[in-house]
Amino acid sequence: MTTTLTPTRPDRAQRKAERASARTFRQKASPVSTGILIIGAIYCLFPVFWVLMASSKDSSELFSTFTLMPSTHLWDNIVQLSQYRDGLFWRWVLNTAIYAGVGALASTWISAISGYVLAKFEFPGKKVVFSILLMGVLVPGVILAIPQYFLLAEVGLTNTMWSVLLPQIISPYGIYLARIYAAASVPTEVIEASRTEGAGELYIFNRIALPMMGPGLVTIFLFQFVAVWNNFMLPYIMLGDDKLFPVTVGLSGLLNQGASAPSMYTLVITGALLSIIPLIILFLVLQRYWKVDLAAGAVKA
Amino acid sequence: MTVTEAPVATRSSTPTVRRGRGTFRSRVLVPYAMLAPGIILFVAFMAAPIVYTLFLSFQKTKVSGLGLGSGARSTVFAGIDNYVTTLTNTEFGASVGRVLVYGFILIPLMLGLALLFALLLDSRRTRAAGFSRTAIFLPYAVPAVISSLLWGFLYLPAVSPFYFVFDKLGWDVPSLLSSGGVTFAIANIALWGGVGFNMIVMYTSLKSVPSDIYEAAKLDGASEIQIALRIKVPIIAPAIVMTALFSMVATLQVFAEPTTLRPLTNSLSTSWSPLMLVYRDAFTRDDIYSAAATSIVIALVTFAFSFLFLRVVQKRAFGQED
Repeated sequence: MTTTLTPTRPDRAQRKAERASARTFRQKASPVSTGILIIGAIYCLFPVFWVLMASSKDSSELFSTFTLMPSTHLWDNIVQLSQYRDGLFWRWVLNTAIYAGVGALASTWISAISGYVLAKFEFPGKKVVFSILLMGVLVPGVILAIPQYFLLAEVGLTNTMWSVLLPQIISPYGIYLARIYAAASVPTEVIEASRTEGAGELYIFNRIALPMMGPGLVTIFLFQFVAVWNNFMLPYIMLGDDKLFPVTVGLSGLLNQGASAPSMYTLVITGALLSIIPLIILFLVLQRYWKVDLAAGAVKA
Repeated sequence: MTVTEAPVATRSSTPTVRRGRGTFRSRVLVPYAMLAPGIILFVAFMAAPIVYTLFLSFQKTKVSGLGLGSGARSTVFAGIDNYVTTLTNTEFGASVGRVLVYGFILIPLMLGLALLFALLLDSRRTRAAGFSRTAIFLPYAVPAVISSLLWGFLYLPAVSPFYFVFDKLGWDVPSLLSSGGVTFAIANIALWGGVGFNMIVMYTSLKSVPSDIYEAAKLDGASEIQIALRIKVPIIAPAIVMTALFSMVATLQVFAEPTTLRPLTNSLSTSWSPLMLVYRDAFTRDDIYSAAATSIVIALVTFAFSFLFLRVVQKRAFGQED
């Protein structure tokens, strides 16, 4: 089983062609099925719309005016959030970018090289290595978080950035996917030809195989990025110093303070808005890459 | 996680680099050197924590004398004491029960809706499919903590537009954050975050089916709904099974949503879900040994569930293919 994230968004030319062919076959529109999907879309967009409205209110308006009525304090709220403890929020944003961005990049490279070796080399113990890695897919990462804490505590790495970065670099699932991509997209003859020309194995991997696996690797990167950004428990356990928090742990802490100081709620809401906007943009932009993934045929979807 | 078949890649007949005349160096050292980063990280952050948890779960602290001074506390072998404690702990049983109820509400609803949306997206009679697909998938970009924050506020009667409407209509709707509603509240957050992802998995699977199958059925006079139920659903059954499996595993581990909602409600205890209980034992009560035993039990239950489910479903769904 492979995994492909494929909210396909055909490029313009392709879309035009599709539309043209759809017109020939075009069948009567069904208001029911269109309607059900639109209701689903509204359900999914509603909280995002709400947070946009709510973050434009000051803390007294939040509880006194109708919740979907926009107000004019969005900029004030952003300034206030930025001033909170000398810009701690932006520190969280930066941390998140490091944890998810750097972590997912490292994870993708390691998954790629492991998957490539497992797909393209014949060596003793290969089956055993692959089966053990595969079992890792079934081990829920969340259950590992607490033992990882105790092990890292032994070597004094807890409450550092490493404690959040390192455990999330290994991704058995990513290796599994990379193995499929490597087998499907890197021709053995190319590897052998480069070898006869005297290229080193790492050179062959980095310069020849890696680009060939490209679109599939974007998928692995996205998966890992979302997984790290979504993982709340690991940083929640590992970190005590709030300067090291990712946005998720930071906002959850602010919400906790809100119970005694409701003015915090405005900060939490504005923070939630600011942290999902880049994600949503990234998501929409990367949809194109998911499409490449499909069109390139790297993965049979 | 999205799932599609890729049988080609895993077949053992995949041509691999022939290195029959290779030296020991090229046959063994090179591949293992290239695998080293992966293997080292796997051992350090997956294998070692599991072994260490197992080790901890068979230990306990022994207090001698009054428990004062540095030598008064020692760690001794505990046998299965910690497991007995876990399994007889009513709090643990209650948290498992809550999570099961939560799963029974969430999984059928989430997968049912995901399947419905995927089939509708695939239907030629649907309009605005691109917009709906993107919109429904979008919550996947929002992490559980933030979606819990958003919904948490939407559940608060003072802020919620729903309660505003209920109020105007004169209805007295109990808060979802009350003890009776909180399971639904959390299930809704997970539904919101998960339905789009599962929809995309199923939709991807549907797209891989050659459309001539449907054309043939249509010529035979099958209706759109018949085609959906009799042809499309069985074809994408493997994808549905995998989404169900991943959803079940995720359900047993629910942690972020209830932890984030806690400040907004009194009806979530620190042991609401099994993992919250583990967290509390390990960090609030400093009882890492029973926390370790509980983690092992959760992991085993997860495994057992997954295997059992796969076996049952495989027999039912794919038995006729053998």
